[in-house]
Amino acid sequence: MNGILLQLFQDTLVVLIAPLLLGWVNQCRAWLQNRSGPGVLRPYLNMVKLFHKDAVLAHNASPMFRFHPYILFACMWLAASLVPVIATDLPLSPAVDVIALVGIFALARVFVSLAAMDIGTSFGTLGARREMLVGFLAEPALLMVFFTAAAISHSTSLTTIVETLAHKQFIIHPSLAFAAVAFIMVLLAENARIPVDNPSTHLELTMIHEAMILEYSARHLALIEWASALKLLAFTTIGFALFMPWGIAEAGNWGALPLALAALFIKLTVAGAGLALLETISAKMRIFRVPEFMGTAFLLAVLGLLVHFLHGN
Amino acid sequence: MENFSGQLINLFAALLLLISFGMLSQRRVLSLINLFALQGLMLTISTVIVAYSSHQHHLYYSAALTLVLKVIILPWILHRLMRKLNVKWDIETLFNIPTTMLVGIALVVFAFNLAAPISMMGGAITKSTLGIAMASVLLSFLMMITRSKAVPQVIGFLAMENGLFFAATSATYGMPMVVELGIALDVLVGMFILGIFFFQIRETFDSLDLKHMEKLKED
Amino acid sequence: MEILWILVIPLIGGLLLALFGGQRFAPELNSIMSFGTFVASAFLTVRVITDGPMTALNEQFFVDSFNVFLVALTAFVAFTTSLFSRPYMRIEQVHGKLTINMLRLYHSMYQLFTFTMLLALLTNNLGIMWVAMEAATLTTVLLVSLYRTPASLEAAWKYFILCGVGIAQALFGTILLYFAAEKVLGAGGTALLWTHLDAVKTQLEPTVLSLAFVFLLVGYGTKVGLAPLHNWLPDAHAEGPTPVSAVLSGLLLNVALYAVVRSKVLVDGALGSHLAGNLMMGFGLLSVVMAAFFLSRQKDVKRMFAYSSIEHMGLMTFAFGMGGPVATFAGMLHMTVHSLTKSAIFFAVGHATQKSGTQLMENIRGLITTNPTIGWGLAIGSLAILGMPPFGVFASEFLIITTAMHAYPWTTPFLLAALGVAFAAIFSRVQSMVFGETTDERLPHPPALVPVFVHLGLVLLLGLYIPPYLADWYRQAAALIG
Repeated sequence: MNGILLQLFQDTLVVLIAPLLLGWVNQCRAWLQNRSGPGVLRPYLNMVKLFHKDAVLAHNASPMFRFHPYILFACMWLAASLVPVIATDLPLSPAVDVIALVGIFALARVFVSLAAMDIGTSFGTLGARREMLVGFLAEPALLMVFFTAAAISHSTSLTTIVETLAHKQFIIHPSLAFAAVAFIMVLLAENARIPVDNPSTHLELTMIHEAMILEYSARHLALIEWASALKLLAFTTIGFALFMPWGIAEAGNWGALPLALAALFIKLTVAGAGLALLETISAKMRIFRVPEFMGTAFLLAVLGLLVHFLHGN
Repeated sequence: MENFSGQLINLFAALLLLISFGMLSQRRVLSLINLFALQGLMLTISTVIVAYSSHQHHLYYSAALTLVLKVIILPWILHRLMRKLNVKWDIETLFNIPTTMLVGIALVVFAFNLAAPISMMGGAITKSTLGIAMASVLLSFLMMITRSKAVPQVIGFLAMENGLFFAATSATYGMPMVVELGIALDVLVGMFILGIFFFQIRETFDSLDLKHMEKLKED
Repeated sequence: MEILWILVIPLIGGLLLALFGGQRFAPELNSIMSFGTFVASAFLTVRVITDGPMTALNEQFFVDSFNVFLVALTAFVAFTTSLFSRPYMRIEQVHGKLTINMLRLYHSMYQLFTFTMLLALLTNNLGIMWVAMEAATLTTVLLVSLYRTPASLEAAWKYFILCGVGIAQALFGTILLYFAAEKVLGAGGTALLWTHLDAVKTQLEPTVLSLAFVFLLVGYGTKVGLAPLHNWLPDAHAEGPTPVSAVLSGLLLNVALYAVVRSKVLVDGALGSHLAGNLMMGFGLLSVVMAAFFLSRQKDVKRMFAYSSIEHMGLMTFAFGMGGPVATFAGMLHMTVHSLTKSAIFFAVGHATQKSGTQLMENIRGLITTNPTIGWGLAIGSLAILGMPPFGVFASEFLIITTAMHAYPWTTPFLLAALGVAFAAIFSRVQSMVFGETTDERLPHPPALVPVFVHLGLVLLLGLYIPPYLADWYRQAAALIG
């Protein structure tokens, strides 16, 4: 019973704080660029505004186009609620396999691309193609990162990985240093952050994610934005689970929950600021450099595995 | 405690390798110099940890030597040279990073395999660091091959020396002091001579691009 | 005590010449310093012959019959080269190729180069040997680019980078060696001392040592000029001033080979197999064959003789690789006669190119009519290096090839073919350079040809008659190397 409650609490928590993280990142970025910024609550206000509008659909849109925002939102919500964000013994925990997580992201990607091509505008197709390119390169890199962590804990279950890294005897794993760098690169690419894509422009030469959602409006757009925020949160919390799992409550340890919550907020604050910093100091790269970037991420992850086997532990 | 410092050394060894890869894929010369200085810093820290955990006091001197030479003096000389030669914003244009990285991975696998039988007999602390040292030597070598500008080649050369030094401190607790001093002297003198070279090359060819220097070969 | 003198004299010479190297008397000072070194080495030689191997200065230096003969040879050739460089560099100055500052650099570095080679030979510490070898590169690299021409800069850059990378491999080998030695001898100063390592060589870990030897061979082999790591050698020899080519070819390559052979002794002891020897034979044979075929395609006279050096270094490496008393004896004899002959040839070639104003062989003609001594020197030197009897090179090559026939018959066709090709290539070129029509003028300073004929005389002597004490000495060294 308690477990279900906790699971519900986590699900509600992630869906509510996801726009906050996005707002925080944007706010930090604005500060770093010497702007006063829109405030951390901007994403919420945006969504409220969008929900109040009437949706406009292209007249050749198929039902798929209309369903897609819900599917996307559901996928991302599921992914974010599966990740052990505050505790490891949730009812859904046995389902948190890292390969399944990659699969959920892939499913969302397929629908995103299909919906983008549905209307038949050139921008949608262009964005879908670029998205598939990035995804095609990011997925193996993400898998390799997961395998590096899995090799340490001998399990692909994220819960077990967290338990091994956070609650067993403290061991420094050099292989995770490589995996962490690779993971950050994947995170930037998957969430359409700056060196790969710029979330705040609509420049046809470079945009990827924005190109795909140009045709959406009102509640559909709001759901998509929310899903993006959830995806960022999911990736960030996966990163925490892999590389700094400290603070996540252990199975059956209810007293640790407030601590876990506090730890989560601190980590999110720091990570958001870090992400903003990273985006500010790096320049958007040409789309043709993206394969190079993702290739580097993949190779680093492979290197992490190699180092793991070199150390033989 | 012993175990923990061993893990720390492994971590810094991995970071050293990571920086080697960073250098391999870095196009901008200025960032290359900074990475080189960072690598020197990693080297210093790992040397201090080895010195602390193995109670080899002469290694503290080696660490100090590394800090002064590789983190401060050499990057400073390089920065100065960049400024004087006006090549501060030089970038290397034509080279294929993914292929280079793939070859780099192959080299790492090769080095790890080569070092595996030797790592088996190393002490608890030094296990597996030899493979990383060898890998970073080979990676620097690869970097020298792939670059066509003079300064990146030299940085590759110096990074190779870093890898060697790491092998010396982590695998064997440091060479005898007199040898280390000699090596440091050689590196420093070599750097000065290279500096002179840069000026001579630029004076003669009007550029530091080594593509101009491919006249001497058998035909 | 003599050891100290041998090292201190060139060091002081280097410092003095850094101050006065541009003065009128600098070439003479250079010769005097080299002569002092030579005298000190002669005393050391006498002492080692009478008293046997010795160590000095807290075991940091070590002399046995193997390195003492190289010390004597190095000091001697460095002295005669300094005699040759006296008029040679003056003529270059008159021709306007050199400024006072360049001369100062040249003289100072010449002495320091001698110092580093002697240090590499005399030190008992394998780490210091590495440092000295690297320092030898550093001192000569600015000499190769002395003329500041585009080609010389390219040659110097190549020399620096290739030898730097190569020697870095040797450092890795040295570290591995130390890694193995430390397990037996304990950490600290003694684990890199050759005398100590030699005493415990059978207890060293074989896997580490075989890996170490590969790195050492590749590293020092680059400096020896073994194929396929030889690329720097022809360029550096062709573009540097001729006295530098003479000492590079005649001395530095020997010292690098000395380092390889020292490592081989340890590895052989630890492994008890012929791995090191086989590797050396492979590299040696490849160098001999490769160099012979490149020889025939050369247009530049100094490049041609540089390839000839690669060929001969390959032959020596092959000989030391075969091992055994006869082959090792022959290898050392070949080291001696090759140094003497090759430096003599470079002396003659140096003046010949100065006269013709070019290094292209097709433009060098009729040396025998314009300057008979240069012509004869080059002709006789070439015959000697090609292994014509009765010169010493014939004796050593004969010994090497007969041993090879006996122990590794399959190698003889390669060796003979390579020597044949080299003979045809060099002989035809030298013939047209020595004889033939010319209109060249005389040189502004009389050339120094005493060193040429002293060297060639010694080579002739060694071909006809090896003095018993010298033969004894080689035999002792051969027994040490095994």
